[in-house]
Amino acid sequence: MPIKNNTESYGWLSIVIHWVMTFIVFGLFGLGYWMVDLDYYSEWYRRAPALHKSIGITLLLLWSVRIVWRFVQVSPQTPETHQAWEVKSAKLTHAMLYILMLAIMFSGYLISTADGRGIEVFTLFTLPSIGELFSNQEDIAGNIHEWLAYSILGLAILHALAALKHHFIDKDRTLVRMLKSGVKK
Amino acid sequence: MRKMIIAGALSSLLMMPLANAANYIVDAKGAHASINFKIKHLGYSWLTGRFDDFDGKFSYDSNNPEASKITFNVDVASLNSNHAERDKHLKEDDVLSARKFSTATFTSTSVKDLGNGNLKIMGDMTLKGVTKSMTIDAEKIGEGKDPWGGYRVGFSGTTLLSLADFGVQIFGDSSHATLDIQIEGIRQ
Repeated sequence: MPIKNNTESYGWLSIVIHWVMTFIVFGLFGLGYWMVDLDYYSEWYRRAPALHKSIGITLLLLWSVRIVWRFVQVSPQTPETHQAWEVKSAKLTHAMLYILMLAIMFSGYLISTADGRGIEVFTLFTLPSIGELFSNQEDIAGNIHEWLAYSILGLAILHALAALKHHFIDKDRTLVRMLKSGVKK
Repeated sequence: MRKMIIAGALSSLLMMPLANAANYIVDAKGAHASINFKIKHLGYSWLTGRFDDFDGKFSYDSNNPEASKITFNVDVASLNSNHAERDKHLKEDDVLSARKFSTATFTSTSVKDLGNGNLKIMGDMTLKGVTKSMTIDAEKIGEGKDPWGGYRVGFSGTTLLSLADFGVQIFGDSSHATLDIQIEGIRQ
């Protein structure tokens, strides 16, 4: 299996990063949704946010690798069976997912670092704070973080439904391409 | 005529304490005032914090302290306990609901002079949309001219606030918060 993409299919690194990020994005949503309502006396009250932040920073690293990896190599060509509106909306959804993911990670960073404290990542290292950029930063960034989470969830579901539509209705190789490397027409 | 002059002089003497009552603005701008709180954490220690933004004004006459009046407005969203994630939590709806009820106010209704600069300030406290009467135990710290041509008087006050009274969520042993208020007024 090739590590790099070619014009026909994705390389295994792109495929692995895609699915690991899928797992993390949904996991972070669930963890975040659950942890904000935890009772103060829950044993997870401190552990869950620490985990959420550490995984979030990991996602930022993966996001960066993915962006670089996307631009240093070719992307597989769009199957000819795709409609023009499908190509346009897919490209827009992909771009929005990349942008909103960066935005949600930055807004999360701004919540935790508003008091000058850094973010401890899995007790391995501390990502330093860049300080308070605006007043009531933790509240404003918190609201944005929440709205972005729902937006990304919606877009990810749309993205998944589109892939399933291609697989089951159009019966093309769009979804298979993201599952197996080196698949030919 | 002479009688009238004497009567006038006497009455003006009587009026003097009232004439001395002056209006003051709390020096929030110069930060010679602070609204601090402390509350127990798990029942094991004191957690302290403060509200950074507020304004207040009062009238005060050292010869007649019981005629004093004070009003205070505090921006609830300016809560600062030196920990952003905790501050965010404390400003959320179950605790202080700072977005819905952004201002907390205290308006005095009467003042009792206990002597030696000690005062009991009775008033109405509004927090999270609930108004309750509250008493602040206050002490005058000092007064006099400042080096820049003004005149100042300062007080220190404390009161115990019951979280349940104002519909604020209680975590474990933390049912009450002590408010510790330091103010310096600049005479207008």
